Amino acid sequence: MSGRRIFARPARFAAIAPYVWMVLFFLVPFAFVLKISLSQTAIAQPPYAPVFDPTAGWEALKTALAALSIDNFRLLISDDLYVFAYVRSLTVAVTATALLLLIGYPIAYGMARLPKRWQAVAMVLVIVPFWTSFLIRIYAWINILQHDGLLNQILLALHLVSQPVVWLSTDSAMYIGIVYSYLPFMILPLYATLAKMEPALEEAAGDLGAPPWQVFWLVTFPLSLPGVGAGVLLCFIPIVGEFVIPDLLAGSNSLMIGQTLWLEFFTNKDWPVASAAAIVLLVVLLVPLLLYERLQKRQLEQGR
Amino acid sequence: MRKFSRLSRFNIVSLALGLAFLYLPILILVIYSFNASRLVTVWGGWSLRWYHEFFNDRAMIEAAWMSLRVAVSSATIATLLGTLAAVALSRGERFRGRTLFSGMLYAPLVMPEVITGLSLLLLFVALNAERGFWTVTIAHTTLTMCFVAVVVQSRLGSLDRSLEEAAMDLGCDPVRAFVAVTLPLIAPAIVAGWMLAFTLSLDDLVIASFTTGPGSATLPIRIYSEVRLGVKPEINAICTLVIVLIAVVIVIASLASKLSSSQGENAAPL
Repeated sequence: MSGRRIFARPARFAAIAPYVWMVLFFLVPFAFVLKISLSQTAIAQPPYAPVFDPTAGWEALKTALAALSIDNFRLLISDDLYVFAYVRSLTVAVTATALLLLIGYPIAYGMARLPKRWQAVAMVLVIVPFWTSFLIRIYAWINILQHDGLLNQILLALHLVSQPVVWLSTDSAMYIGIVYSYLPFMILPLYATLAKMEPALEEAAGDLGAPPWQVFWLVTFPLSLPGVGAGVLLCFIPIVGEFVIPDLLAGSNSLMIGQTLWLEFFTNKDWPVASAAAIVLLVVLLVPLLLYERLQKRQLEQGR
Repeated sequence: MRKFSRLSRFNIVSLALGLAFLYLPILILVIYSFNASRLVTVWGGWSLRWYHEFFNDRAMIEAAWMSLRVAVSSATIATLLGTLAAVALSRGERFRGRTLFSGMLYAPLVMPEVITGLSLLLLFVALNAERGFWTVTIAHTTLTMCFVAVVVQSRLGSLDRSLEEAAMDLGCDPVRAFVAVTLPLIAPAIVAGWMLAFTLSLDDLVIASFTTGPGSATLPIRIYSEVRLGVKPEINAICTLVIVLIAVVIVIASLASKLSSSQGENAAPL
């Protein structure tokens, strides 16, 4: 009898607890977001109306349902602030992901070329900063980039600039922060595909007379595309909703959608509009999210 | 011709620059935490002054304690649930709702934290749950169990299944075969999963901000509100302590994984 078949049943039972947990604390909450995004702001506790009262009976529920409206979504489309925030989030995410790919690829490539023993060491070295707190790493950059920070001190000492350059509260600072924080997410999937690649393929192309750049562009890069895809999605999706990095490093003039949502929620206390903004953000991200899930599944099946 | 499989100068330079980029800012932060000067950027000699300041800051200590409690409890629940999820995904070939299940497990890995945090808060408000330790723990468990599931699943996937099958041929029932044979083999991945969950929870600002209540701030929430007001040398000291704590956890876990890998062969590197 195949072990696989015997195992199917208890393994299914193993799914019960995590399944229930995820439905309860991941899926169901979205129903609440959707419901509140259709509600109106109210100066009350909780700050929205209508509130469903399951004890009030069917008629009360029907009136509550009738009170739902899509006004919040209309507001999002008509208000330039939100449209700009979505556009800016996508622009920042595209730019930052491109930078990450450009910077991460040579590093991952170098790792894959190391002798086997050193590859494991390099991998640990790349992962360790990821274990280190996210907030702390951003804070470290504030130390370096501020007006009298280390970077300006070095530039002044080397006479590269005559007076301190403004780094903090600029888009450059934000991109440095994003690239710095997400680099391991880009390097690891790239390294995983590059390390698995057969070196004989590159050698064959070289033997057949291709110059190194052609070997890279025609052989190495196409073969590493699954890693590129995983790395790009792994960075792109969370960057679109990024809140902490732009808040601490970028200037205050143009906000990303994550910041707008946060402000709407905590400062303006407009929960319905914040919920609607979250729904729109989710819809924008649904395509890359589904792509990511599909890629993840395929890689696990290959790894088996 | 071995031109392409060997390390070129370009490879070495990009690796060195990449690692320098990853480590220098953290190193600078640690060094400056021992700075005696009140000005963050002026070097005033070595001193433990800011560590002293931290240990006298009640609010910070309370936040650190809250963070540690949340991290330990959520990592533990997440490891249990995440391991079960990994077993279900890699051993239970087909069951109803499998696609939904794996979708729910992968989505939180990349979902913007703002959305996850907001949705959980709305749930807790609707349930009229008192926000604090437990709501943050539940929120962190939901996020980190997905990471545990991925780590454990990749280990399960690379495991030789014939070992389990041999145990069953020798008369073990599936559950016993799993506990006696598979579990010890995937132990390093489970330990790594717990660590990952622990550090992610310790690190999280956004989800904790949404799901915590008044008076129960976690360390990142406290640090964040301080950092927004400007750079304070005390923060350097706290950050260094957090880095040291995480380093200790990593060392312990890698020792544990070495120990179990000397018992069972080919354990996963951390």
